[in-house]
Amino acid sequence: MKKFLKIYKVFLLIISFDLIILFLDPEKGKMIFHHTFSNFMEMLGILPPVFILLGLLDTWVPKKTVMRYMGENAGLKGPVLSILLGAAAAGPLYGAFPVAEVMAKKGVKYYNIIVFLCAWSTLKIPMLIFEMSALGVKFALTRWLINIPAILLIAAVIDRSLKPDEKEAFYKKYSGSNAADKN
Amino acid sequence: MFTLIAYILAISALIFSFTKDKEKTKTSLAKAYKSFSSILPDFASVLALVGILLTYISPQLIVKFLGEKSGFGGMFLSSIVGSITLIPGFIAFPLAKSVLDRGAGIMQVAVFVSTLMMVGIVTAPLEIKYFGKKETLLRNGLSYIYSFIAALILGMVVKP
Repeated sequence: MKKFLKIYKVFLLIISFDLIILFLDPEKGKMIFHHTFSNFMEMLGILPPVFILLGLLDTWVPKKTVMRYMGENAGLKGPVLSILLGAAAAGPLYGAFPVAEVMAKKGVKYYNIIVFLCAWSTLKIPMLIFEMSALGVKFALTRWLINIPAILLIAAVIDRSLKPDEKEAFYKKYSGSNAADKN
Repeated sequence: MFTLIAYILAISALIFSFTKDKEKTKTSLAKAYKSFSSILPDFASVLALVGILLTYISPQLIVKFLGEKSGFGGMFLSSIVGSITLIPGFIAFPLAKSVLDRGAGIMQVAVFVSTLMMVGIVTAPLEIKYFGKKETLLRNGLSYIYSFIAALILGMVVKP
């Protein structure tokens, strides 16, 4: 219980604040709880299957295989795969974070991880279809197309700005166990 | 829709894995649970915070606020609103359309859409947790600047 309180300190603080609002301004308070609830429902719709798939990927796919396609020496295959993976995704950007963690664990090149992250943020195909129907095909397609060189450039700048030891720290954080490589 | 596909995919993969190797499947689930529960407190805080933001910066307010603003001032305001908020796409695009219908220009709407998708101030604490401060600052900062460049291009290509 004490541990729970400590871990969820910030969350519980925000909820207490919400309760105060609910007391002072019931209408706004109810809306806050309504929005918070639907945010949680959206998150629960996306994250559990993502985490299950990542857990399976982690235990079944050897590091060597992933590195061949997206590692330091994968060449052009890397960013192309990153863009395809990001574009095939759906859901908010936070869904990409745990995926990137497993990528790091499996030795995916830093540049490719950032390309993936940027692609997820703005190249998602399901979103593109939504955007087309709301804002027009020309608007949506133009934005999608100019985004590709932009994210490659943004990822390159980030990749060059980080010092080798900063990247190493990033990989070290996730280096833990590679279950698939143990057997 | 996506949720359904994701769940079907995850469950089928799980069953397939279970028939192949029981132990490995157990390890996978343990890993999944561990990484989920270790990040859940941060997620919970961010989502609760977004609940408050969505209440006080409601879609209706955004339309009213951005619909009439134009010029660079309008773009700047759109970028601020787009960077802070985290709105699901199925609300965001109809929202962008009503901002457009209210009289905002293509460039203001383009900045709004780009920053909405690429820049996340409320999710920055989560991004920092995974990627570190420097990456978070660079990715969000560069995406913010790029949103204006994208808007300029879209303003030239798309005529209302």
